[in-house]
Amino acid sequence: MFKWLDPYAKPQVLFATLLWWQRGLMPLSIVVLLLGTIWGLGFTPADYQQGDSYRIIHVHVPAAIWSMGVYAWMAIAAFIALVWQVKTAQWAIGAIAPIGAVYTLIALFTGAAWGKPMWGTWWVWDARLTSELILLFLFLGVMALQNAFADRQTGDKAAAVLAVVGVVNLPIIHYSVEWWNTLHQGATITKFAKPSMDPSMLWPLLICILGFALLFGALTCLRLRTAILQHEAHRPWVRQYVEEQQDAKL
Amino acid sequence: MLLSARQLSCVRQDRVLFEQLDLQLHASEVLQIAGKNGAGKSSLLRILAGLCEPEDGEIYYQQLPLAQSADDYADNLCFIGHLAGVQPQLTALENLVFWRACFALKPADDWALLATLGLAGLEDIPCQQLSAGQQRRVSLARLWLTSAQIWILDEPFTALDQSAIAALTAHIAAHCSQGGAVLLTSHQPVDIPGYAVREFMLEYRW
Amino acid sequence: MSHIAVFRATLERELKLLARQKADWVNPLLFFIIILTLFPLGVGAKPNLLREIAPGVIWIAALLSVLLGAERQFRQDYRDGVLEQLVAARAPLLGYSLAKIAAGWIGSGLPLILVSPLLALFLGLSAEALLAVVLTLLLGTPLLSLLSALGAALTLSADKGGILLALIILPLYIPLLIFASAAVEQAGFGLNYQAQLAVLAAMLCVALALVPIAVQKALKLNVG
Repeated sequence: MFKWLDPYAKPQVLFATLLWWQRGLMPLSIVVLLLGTIWGLGFTPADYQQGDSYRIIHVHVPAAIWSMGVYAWMAIAAFIALVWQVKTAQWAIGAIAPIGAVYTLIALFTGAAWGKPMWGTWWVWDARLTSELILLFLFLGVMALQNAFADRQTGDKAAAVLAVVGVVNLPIIHYSVEWWNTLHQGATITKFAKPSMDPSMLWPLLICILGFALLFGALTCLRLRTAILQHEAHRPWVRQYVEEQQDAKL
Repeated sequence: MLLSARQLSCVRQDRVLFEQLDLQLHASEVLQIAGKNGAGKSSLLRILAGLCEPEDGEIYYQQLPLAQSADDYADNLCFIGHLAGVQPQLTALENLVFWRACFALKPADDWALLATLGLAGLEDIPCQQLSAGQQRRVSLARLWLTSAQIWILDEPFTALDQSAIAALTAHIAAHCSQGGAVLLTSHQPVDIPGYAVREFMLEYRW
Repeated sequence: MSHIAVFRATLERELKLLARQKADWVNPLLFFIIILTLFPLGVGAKPNLLREIAPGVIWIAALLSVLLGAERQFRQDYRDGVLEQLVAARAPLLGYSLAKIAAGWIGSGLPLILVSPLLALFLGLSAEALLAVVLTLLLGTPLLSLLSALGAALTLSADKGGILLALIILPLYIPLLIFASAAVEQAGFGLNYQAQLAVLAAMLCVALALVPIAVQKALKLNVG
């Protein structure tokens, strides 16, 4: 079914293909993100209930959504690496993990920044924030495991196994934390859910969600290309490429 | 031709140990992989034993690629690596019992076998109380119990004294006379009575 | 060379080793008891307070005690070369892993269950809460053994194995912690906690089905 993808698994072909994707995605993502964040943070009307502070959702919600989306992509790459033994998929795990970790951090920090005007504290153990925190530990665990081995390939493979195990656990953790949160319900009820939003607030949010996705794509291309160069450093095509780059600079 | 490797290459920690390496192992043959320290002998042996994946290249067992013949190959292979494979808190007898269950070894009189290996009287003390040479003898006991045709041995003569070396080389000769093949590395000169040892030199690369 | 033969041989071997190296199961048990002693010393010995925090405290202490012994699970066989011989011979690693996990549970989980009546003394648990503790330990410690074996297998050839093992296992352990401590808490209030036990049993079944495969894969990649 996926035979047409076979040539792209080869590092050299993938390296060239990713360059075109990167060239397209990087400027596009920056433009979209700038549009979304400036519109959302600056020009949307104030919420009747929460005033101006709610605007942080234009950064918080996309970051939170994509932190989980990035983990899903990392798990897909890990699955491909384990089942079909594709080396470039193994390297993709190391490329994707830090991006996901940073997205999770952004979600946590913006969540805390939203929390301060809402509940008066920087941190509260609500379901969403606690889930994000655990997701951060999952990402950091994958990164730590990958870097803990003397042999880089063993690290990549171990990280792949952990990523797949983590993705099976992710829904279990998510629902456990939600259930736990209902048990220990405090006086404050979070209003992170937005069942209906006015279109003037919805559009910048959607644009930001798209922007975060494009940025993820662009950064993954960049990091994966670097990973390919690192892993294939002993091959002649890499040496040739490096020489060409040096000649181009001179 | 029992085992053949084509265009094998191995990269360890960004160092290319060897590339485009071709190797054949035939029945009734003793092949010694020679080379300096760090040339990649152990890595080559581990790849041939199916423990690691090579960076490039293919291994063929009985003309079939390893991807198809891995189980048959493993049934017909006895690999004893650099490490002894002996659990130190168990006695020699208990180790043999465990190996018999895991590797489908021939049932035999373990006491007699250990006696022929020069370990009479040491069969039921924990292996950590044995000397390094005696532990190595216990780990080599597998060779007397296995019915595998191909033996891959990484520095089997380490820590062995003259009598043990003589016993091992005689056993290797007997194995070859029955159609078996042995692939080994050693820093000492290998002398198998009745068989010329073919040498395969691994160049040390930066 | 069937799975069952390898399972039995490995289990026999591991139980012999447990009997010979008593520190392997005595030390984690003592560790568990000492941690439980630390909590009253740290937060104050008010009976109401202790009864309230007891569920979480017991399960955190259980986790730490199991993690303490986790690193050693496969390391000896890896260091001695037993694992690489098993992998080279394509021996049934599934039987081997299951036996190791079972022996690991007997060494680290079972003692906790046997010692749990002490908890009634130390933390002032009621009879219902104590029953809940024993039941959750019965269901939860095998799950803990499975997870810690996974962590041990993944970090087998890593440089700083011990702490890394804990780091990668802790997030996976959180659902177990939530449901087990909730069960004990409900029991303390005299309420029904069958739902939580059912969830624990379900998690155990899923782990029992999936973790040994992941452990096998992790062992192979660490040897290679």
